[in-house]
Amino acid sequence: MANAILVVGEVAEGALVPISAELLGGARRLAEGSDQTVACVLLGSGVEGVAQEAIAFGADEAFVVDDPALTEYNSDVYLQAMLKVAEQLSPAMILFGQTNLGRDLAPRLAFRLETGVIMDCVEMTMEGGRLMATRPCYGGNARAVNAVRTDPQIATVRAKSQDPLERDDSRQGQVTKIDAGIDQAAVRVKVTERKGMTAEGVRLEDADVVVSAGRGLGGPENFDVIEELAGALGAAVGASRAVCDLGWRPVSDQVGLTGKVVSPTLYIAIAISGASQHMAGCSGSKNIVAINKDPDANIFKASRFGIVEDYAKVVKPLTEAVQREKGG
Amino acid sequence: MHIVVCVKQVPDWDIPPSSFKVDEAAKRVVSPPGVAPVRSQFDEIGVEAAMRLKDQSPDTKVTIMSMGPEEARDAIKHSLAMGADEGLLLTDPLFEDLDWYQIALVLSTAVKKLDAVDFVICGRQAVDWDMGVTGTGIAELLGWPALTIGKDVQVNDGTAVVERVLMDGFETVEAPLPVVATVSNELGEPRYPKLQQIMKAARKQVTVWSAADLGLDASQLGEEARKLTLERLYIPVSDSECEIIEGDTPEEKAQNLARKLSEAKLI
Repeated sequence: MANAILVVGEVAEGALVPISAELLGGARRLAEGSDQTVACVLLGSGVEGVAQEAIAFGADEAFVVDDPALTEYNSDVYLQAMLKVAEQLSPAMILFGQTNLGRDLAPRLAFRLETGVIMDCVEMTMEGGRLMATRPCYGGNARAVNAVRTDPQIATVRAKSQDPLERDDSRQGQVTKIDAGIDQAAVRVKVTERKGMTAEGVRLEDADVVVSAGRGLGGPENFDVIEELAGALGAAVGASRAVCDLGWRPVSDQVGLTGKVVSPTLYIAIAISGASQHMAGCSGSKNIVAINKDPDANIFKASRFGIVEDYAKVVKPLTEAVQREKGG
Repeated sequence: MHIVVCVKQVPDWDIPPSSFKVDEAAKRVVSPPGVAPVRSQFDEIGVEAAMRLKDQSPDTKVTIMSMGPEEARDAIKHSLAMGADEGLLLTDPLFEDLDWYQIALVLSTAVKKLDAVDFVICGRQAVDWDMGVTGTGIAELLGWPALTIGKDVQVNDGTAVVERVLMDGFETVEAPLPVVATVSNELGEPRYPKLQQIMKAARKQVTVWSAADLGLDASQLGEEARKLTLERLYIPVSDSECEIIEGDTPEEKAQNLARKLSEAKLI
């Protein structure tokens, strides 16, 4: 397996999560034209049935570590399981999603294996068997290209930065079980409580379209028109830091360095100037549209389309126009 | 209880993007003249987390540790003014241009050399490279648990209890001391030092350790020992100019934008 790219797949509600399918697509493209293979490992409880799905999304083979102790993420338990996987498979590369699991487990695994890790990559290419990973830094102002010299090369990859392959259920691949063999005596961390945030509508990080608004709205009541536009677009609603600091929107809506990092296909920024703090959270978006009355606002520099206008005059008509375009 | 907080000084990146510059040959960010480095904001929250623990148990000792050039002393002094007890500056030409493994090696070695540390607190990530692995790395190299991205940090009877921020919620985790925790801005605003505290902190001595003091040398900290390489650093340029949608009225602009989005298959 010394030439395998190992994708750490994640399962939710009995199915492979979108980021894992994206990773498999990204791994396939990295392996193209080389003798490298793509493997997927699934950790959890009752996840064996998902192995075929990983193969359908591009894995040559799948490994399953199925253990009741892996039902919920616990860093100590998952680290033990991943160490076993790494030892047994000795992959050339291990890719995680930049998820709750990936951002916690990937660095831990890397330090334990005395290798390097590159976090939150948005672009990946292969040069002579080494991963060249591009990642935003300095609050999205700059991009760094990093490589790991040691093996395995470990990286986490930002959601929506890689395109998944078309699901092909006719693809065949071997599924192998790996025994987690968790030593409970060595588990020091205990998870005592878990609370979900019950966000209404579409989750920010999963949304294909995000409509965000800033302090320029003037008050929390003016978010009504933003929500209407989001509704017409099937979008999630985000907000700038200032808006959340003022308590107009919950902190969970904040897009930016100290909030959510989103990379939707379409990001509509309304009355947002585009401070570095905010851009750090949305610069990975494929298309940014800015609506701002200040023609010199920084947000226009990062945008594909822009309207220079007071938001209050243009958002309602835009909602209606979107409804017409979608209807027609 | 002895808490060590890691504080990093970083170039001020929250400046107008037009004045943000990169020297691509040197693979470094160049701060505009007159713009002083700043304390990485998540690290200040780390100091705040430690001070809240000290508020509850006044016999707690808080040591501020920073690795960097001589100017990093300013970051330490500010944290001392917030109420921390001691400052430790790790400075050495060998500490320049380290990768994260090497950074964690230096910091964890210093923690071992300090007197009986129970708790290390770091920011969730430094706001220069935004990598977010140093705290976990220190924990792994010390063999301690790491409780990451905390919004609330407590210690009950020798057990650290941290409420973690997840992408879709929160979870509470606990582990017996010694541990490493990393903290996020959801913890709350860092306290602002009073003038009297600033003056008191200015008189405090900051301990300085070099690589030799830590028993580390070029075989561990040199370029050859890096596990990660920086191949390139650049400022991304957007592929296209922004197309400003025109129209005689706001309604017309809105209609024209909707049409453009539809043509581009974005809606």
